Amino acid sequence: MRALVWHGKEDIRCDTVTDPEIEDARDAIIKVTSCAICGSDLHLFHNLIPAMLPGDIMGHETMGEVVEVGKGCKGKLKKGDRIVVPFTIFCGECEQCRRGNYSACETTNRKKGLAEKVFGHPVAGLFGYTHLTGGYPGGQAEYLRVPYADTTHIKVPDSLSDEKLLFLSDILPTGWQAAVACEIEPSDTVAIWGCGPVGQMAIRSAILLGAKQVIAIDCLPERLSMAEAGGAVPVNFLEESIIERLNELTDGKGPEKCIDSVGTESHVSVSQPDTLLDRAKQMMMLETDRPHVLREMAYVCRPGGILSIPGVYLGLIDKVPMGHIMNKGLTIRTGQTHVNRWTDDLLRRIEEGQLDPSFVITHTVSLEDGPEMYNVFRDKQDSCIKVVLKP
Amino acid sequence: MPYLTDLTTRIARTEGDPKIISTGPGSLSPADRLGKALGWFSFGLGLAELIAPRQITRALGMEGKEGLVRAYGAREIGAGMLCLSIDRQLGLWNRVGGDGIDIATLLPGLRSDNPKRDNVMIALVVVLGITALDVLAAQATTARHGGNGAEPRSYRDRSGYPKGIEHSRGAAKNMAHAMAKPIYQTLKNPMVAHGPQ
Repeated sequence: MRALVWHGKEDIRCDTVTDPEIEDARDAIIKVTSCAICGSDLHLFHNLIPAMLPGDIMGHETMGEVVEVGKGCKGKLKKGDRIVVPFTIFCGECEQCRRGNYSACETTNRKKGLAEKVFGHPVAGLFGYTHLTGGYPGGQAEYLRVPYADTTHIKVPDSLSDEKLLFLSDILPTGWQAAVACEIEPSDTVAIWGCGPVGQMAIRSAILLGAKQVIAIDCLPERLSMAEAGGAVPVNFLEESIIERLNELTDGKGPEKCIDSVGTESHVSVSQPDTLLDRAKQMMMLETDRPHVLREMAYVCRPGGILSIPGVYLGLIDKVPMGHIMNKGLTIRTGQTHVNRWTDDLLRRIEEGQLDPSFVITHTVSLEDGPEMYNVFRDKQDSCIKVVLKP
Repeated sequence: MPYLTDLTTRIARTEGDPKIISTGPGSLSPADRLGKALGWFSFGLGLAELIAPRQITRALGMEGKEGLVRAYGAREIGAGMLCLSIDRQLGLWNRVGGDGIDIATLLPGLRSDNPKRDNVMIALVVVLGITALDVLAAQATTARHGGNGAEPRSYRDRSGYPKGIEHSRGAAKNMAHAMAKPIYQTLKNPMVAHGPQ
């Protein structure tokens, strides 16, 4: 089969690889009908996330048709079923899964020892990601082996298109969980940094959850226009001061809830000197992440507010104002997404027409064009926001 | 240490995972590869200038300028790091600027009383050749990864609410505190129907 394979920094190729096979009774094989490039794939593309190996297959936003099932899936999954594959692999049986903390599943990370050494405890296995999360082959391929497939799936109806359903795999529940973590009240202003795919989903989620006002912060006009279409007040940080604008929009009090949909690779700009310093430190391996957005959120958030962080961070950050966070009594919520905790509800909302996540797709290409689209997406060329691949 | 031999702590691909049969089109262009190669060259030259400035100045008949060579070495290492990073364009243009400084530094060495002027001539030819490569790589990389000058598209027609924003606004108010509640109290989910044990 063909698959997008990681060969090293900025080196992804569309290779021919051996087909996946059933290895365990709980496995299933799907024929991939649609998959997508995620913003967090760019961290792998840039080789910022440790423990990738040349030959690893990329991709964790995938859906398709079940073509083979292991004996352990009987009654839960059968050939011909159409499923979306959540990016977090979970067993459904361990203590964390029973609590709904699927991204902290204690069972599915097959490189548990490695994860324990790095994180202190194992976290769930993820598709197409670092070996710290199991090193499972990803779904930017023609076929995908889904481990623990009896639980790790979202059955979807034939009546809806792939484009409406695909993002149940990651960005929709990720934006949703970020907004839910904010415990939005009807009087709340929610400020969202980053209008990439997760930021766009967080904007729509905050609107659905009843926020009084949503403010979207970015520097790319095309992304801000999409944010505005979703009901947010756009703020271009290259044209105006975020602090002044947020104060203006909140009567000087600041937003109650802040969402960081940017994560580790924040924009580097001369107008924000700390970002230059972070970039230099990152290059010299003195810190792993560029936490500009965290600093800004801690500064502008209203005392007693919540900082929700769906953006991916990798390891060690520097100069984060813990004093602001402590003295203002801010709550921080973060984590990989417990995808299946939210997907039944989100699927219903898509079916009822409350939300159609396909709005975010700007480019649809074949799998062979995938490597080039990593460049287009990374370089933000051609107003690219979300790339869907059709194997 | 026992954990070093523990299979679960090794970063290794699991047997049974798909293996590459043949490799196909990739994301790295020839310009990217050239830029990376120049980055490694820059790094190596910079190290040499930092470690052995005396040998360099002696070979060029420029004794007494060891401090300057060391400073150039630091500049080369910085440019090399940029060329090897995702900010490759910046690194390559930095190299082009550095080439100009190198040429300006070498030119006085062509004076007739310099016994090593032949070496300086060779160095100049090499630097000019590398400058041509740097300019080529910088231009190609900028063309490939820089903005294409196109006007950004407007996505103002992409709300994501098929029935309009007012239909969706607040439609999920009941979920606003779902994170704080135990999952079995808030959602129907067969996998966790029994709740925490």
